[in-house]
Amino acid sequence: MTIKEKEDALVSEFEMFDEWMDKYSYIIELGKEMPLIDEKHKDPQHLISGCQSRVWLNAEIKDGKIQFAADSDAVITKGIISLLLKVVGNEEPKDIAGANFGFLEKIGLKDHLSPTRANGLVSMVRQIKLYAKAFQLKNMNQRN
Amino acid sequence: MLASSFENIIDKGDEILITAMEHHSNLVPWQQLCFKKDAKLKVVPITDEGDLDMEFLDSMLSEKVKLLAFAHISNVMGTINPVKEITAKAHKFGIPVVIDGAQAVAHAKVDVMDLDCEFYCFSAHKAYGPMGMGVLYGKQQWLNNLQPYQYGGEMISTVSFEKTTFNELPYKFEAGTPNVEGALAMAEAFRYIDNIGIGNIVEHEDALLKYATEKLTEIDGMRIIGRSKNKTSVISFLVGDIHPYDMGTLLDQMGVAVRTGNHCAQPLIDNFCIPGTVRASFAVYNSREEVDYFIGALRKSLAMLA
Repeated sequence: MTIKEKEDALVSEFEMFDEWMDKYSYIIELGKEMPLIDEKHKDPQHLISGCQSRVWLNAEIKDGKIQFAADSDAVITKGIISLLLKVVGNEEPKDIAGANFGFLEKIGLKDHLSPTRANGLVSMVRQIKLYAKAFQLKNMNQRN
Repeated sequence: MLASSFENIIDKGDEILITAMEHHSNLVPWQQLCFKKDAKLKVVPITDEGDLDMEFLDSMLSEKVKLLAFAHISNVMGTINPVKEITAKAHKFGIPVVIDGAQAVAHAKVDVMDLDCEFYCFSAHKAYGPMGMGVLYGKQQWLNNLQPYQYGGEMISTVSFEKTTFNELPYKFEAGTPNVEGALAMAEAFRYIDNIGIGNIVEHEDALLKYATEKLTEIDGMRIIGRSKNKTSVISFLVGDIHPYDMGTLLDQMGVAVRTGNHCAQPLIDNFCIPGTVRASFAVYNSREEVDYFIGALRKSLAMLA
């Protein structure tokens, strides 16, 4: 599945929920399925700034695709980052760098986060893209 | 403003005292002043209940201290500090006192003459007024001795290329075009408070505080941060090991406005070794029914997070 297809699949999954509570319960559940970051990577270097709860994110490249792993001390944040990783996990750096994450608005997540929290979401997306761009650059340098 | 104006009063080796419960606004300016002048910033600790450690304060007061700055009321814990007593203690050593009254003016009776503090400041938006507006009260003699902190129009008396003499109070501290609409709106906000009567407000908020505290205490794993016997209607809490952000997000979904996080008082939160708190604040317009709704919403969110 492409990033776009994965986004669309999530949007239709979320459309099934009428109640916000079900939506959040699902997000909390998602957090439990996420590829967890190695304990040794839970350091300031992997911490995403701008989030109210602590979020650690690591990325490694395997066969040209990025494998993300993360964790958070808040379960909803963990669910949200899991949602993002579901979309960008195991994808090529150039595709991740070009993703627009439009699904966040479609599933109504952006409206449901207060200003400081929405900043946290923005920080997570920015960090994911930073990793992607860094790997992209590394690839280009290797080719040269 | 005060921290800039105090630059010509604080010297190398001098001490400035603040407390462990300060909002960043009453911490960072003094800290930066200390860096600049090579002075020492000392912090009066608090007890586990969230009261100022008065014995410790006594041991910290000396002639070396050139300023004592502290909050009238803690924005995180609601603790009402014994401001008059603290001011009197400081005055024994000739130390001027700056009180941050941001949390107090809408929730407690404030009489600067009775407190006898040198300075008292607050922001309008914590008292139902507009943002970007505030008040600094100062004893005239102190204000006369302080340097202006900004230069510009209206604050001068005579100007030549060689020298400038500054205007009298309060113009000396009001460079540029004043925020007239902000001042008018703030005055209206205080008329609103006066019309209800601060005594009535205190009584109403105290009843809500007592009721909400009782209800919260019934919840398993509840930990209230700040259990001073003398507090305003602010309750910071944590439940079990649930992250405050999670509780806040779900409460927000149910239309309950709480603040989560470190409340711009990071050192205080670190002092308790916690990731932050959820803070419920009750104001003059809140009701007992709203407390019930909040408790119900909280129980619902705890069930989801369990």
